[in-house]
Amino acid sequence: MKTNWFTSSGNWILDRFPLTKLWNDHMAHYYAPKNFNFWYFFGSLALLVLVNQFVTGILLTMNYKPDAKLAFDSVEYIMRDVHWGWLIRYMHSTGASAFFIVIYLHMFRGLMYGSFKQPRELVWIFGMLLFVALMAEAFMGYLLPWGQMSYWGAQVIISLFSAIPVIGDELSLWVRGDYVVSDATLNRFFAFHVISVPLVLVMLVFLHIVALHEVGSNNPDGIDIKKYKNEQGVPLDGIPFHPYYTVKDIAGVGVFLIFFATVIFYMPEMGGYFLEHANFIPADPLKTPEHIAPVWYFTPFYAILRAIPDKFAGVIGMGGAIVVLFLLPWLDRNPVRSIRYRGGIYKKALLMFAISFLVLGYLGTQPATPSATIVARIFTAIYFGFFLLMPIYTRWEKTKPVPTRTTEHHSIDEQLPALLEEITELKPATSEIDHGVFRSSFFSRRPSPTGIRHVLTRFAKKLVESLD
Amino acid sequence: MINEGVDNSKRQFLTSALTVVGAVGTGFLAVPFLAQMQPSVKAMAAGAPVEVDISKMETGQLIRVAWRGKPVWILNRTPEVLETLKTLDSKLRDPQSLESIQPASSKNPGRSIKPEVFVAVGLCTHLGCSPTFRPEIAPSDLGEGWKGGFFCPCHGSWFDLAGRVFQGVPAPTNLEIPPYRYISDTQLIIGEPEEGKSA
Repeated sequence: MKTNWFTSSGNWILDRFPLTKLWNDHMAHYYAPKNFNFWYFFGSLALLVLVNQFVTGILLTMNYKPDAKLAFDSVEYIMRDVHWGWLIRYMHSTGASAFFIVIYLHMFRGLMYGSFKQPRELVWIFGMLLFVALMAEAFMGYLLPWGQMSYWGAQVIISLFSAIPVIGDELSLWVRGDYVVSDATLNRFFAFHVISVPLVLVMLVFLHIVALHEVGSNNPDGIDIKKYKNEQGVPLDGIPFHPYYTVKDIAGVGVFLIFFATVIFYMPEMGGYFLEHANFIPADPLKTPEHIAPVWYFTPFYAILRAIPDKFAGVIGMGGAIVVLFLLPWLDRNPVRSIRYRGGIYKKALLMFAISFLVLGYLGTQPATPSATIVARIFTAIYFGFFLLMPIYTRWEKTKPVPTRTTEHHSIDEQLPALLEEITELKPATSEIDHGVFRSSFFSRRPSPTGIRHVLTRFAKKLVESLD
Repeated sequence: MINEGVDNSKRQFLTSALTVVGAVGTGFLAVPFLAQMQPSVKAMAAGAPVEVDISKMETGQLIRVAWRGKPVWILNRTPEVLETLKTLDSKLRDPQSLESIQPASSKNPGRSIKPEVFVAVGLCTHLGCSPTFRPEIAPSDLGEGWKGGFFCPCHGSWFDLAGRVFQGVPAPTNLEIPPYRYISDTQLIIGEPEEGKSA
């Protein structure tokens, strides 16, 4: 009778709440392209890190005190006297950096496979809003330990508002709640970090996923899987998200956790990149540390700010570096999504952009020497060139024909059954082997030195073409 | 909805009126919600002047005091420094301090009441870092052009020893000079303007 009770209580809920419908619409009958690769792990990993930040963050608030006199000591108290407090704090601080690693890779995936293009513009916009909210969340969280770097970092970033003409000074005063960064600032940043911004993040994640599930995921081939469906209306190149991608993502989670745990247990400060050395000194409003740099995930934008020798223009440049990302769906005029079928000019431009982002990121961690500033100016120009010249160079692009279906690479596992069939079945010696997977020259010919040479030259030519 | 015999214009009026009332109410509620983030009355009141004794300062020495939570520098400048300051005008963005903040009593080339004693708020006018005091001439990291001054480590702004900003750096204006006056020959009070003059 136990089953009956179980079923009936289940039915009681299902009569009142569309649980089955939700599960089917978004998991069991949500069809995602079957050709997702490595780059498609980072969306679900971002969600995992978000959950990690929520859980560890809530635990940290139980011992943290948002008071300028007590904050620094309460963090040390968590590290030394709270049971497992060090683990919870390192999970939170490492999680912040992991969040940005995962998000930057997630965004780069979008750039490679054109995931921001029609019809996924809104998915991209919600994602960019998430990125901005995440930066606000990280920035306000960094003030809370009330170390030297917390204090002067906040001082610099809040002063950015004062560059705005007319209302600037009033606005930065309003944000700080005092004439300098002080207890009032710390207390309100705690409120924003713990309540307001997390709520915004959750809402945006919801919108990001709703928008994504409306249009469906893009894929490495950048094709529309909804064009070819079977009689049941299921895309031929789609597989249900559950169990296929839930299982795939769990494998990704496993690998991610290995790296995550390694950092937490063996290098939680990451050589001063995840937790900066100057932040182990309590905030001193009278003395700026000799060398201040933001945490690594802000350094590309910080390098742009420093590269421009004018206060207002510098702030505009820094903000503009983020605003241009929002405009990406309208800057790229090429209808081909995936980098696999795009012309060499976009591949080169994307490579230059990735290099400039990394170089700017490095320069942002270094002191502002005159030579470093010149290098930063060159790479700032490349950063903006990638976006602002895009409407021009994407028109010149010579693209390759885009396939209508996902491309497949037959693995040995797939080839084996057909191969065994061919071997075990007795056939006249003259019969031609005619099976899809054997159409490659590998099976129909004996290896000959000239053939191998041809293959090698063809491969080399293709490699050169692909780099072009 | 029953649509028979409905006076649509009346319905439209009621909808508009309700929207306006709601918007006005939201607007009124927004004022206290936003205004509570302004500096509190207590924070505004905590700007008490600070007294500083400079009798024990040596020539070339810089001391820091806190006023309204900000670092304030008092520098005892040497005669050589005062000579150097006169030669820098062509390299400065605002040598006459026309666009910078200072009390009238300090609006002169040396930006101070007494030429040798320089008082300034030690926060860069770019993004509010506290510049470092680098009185040495032509150090290896700053190069030949450096005649002694303040260097902001955050974004590389240069100021001379009168707090005047050089050209081609991010900071837009000279360092701010707070209102201050002498009570006696060796005692300063920071935060109060000179008598008879406004800050």
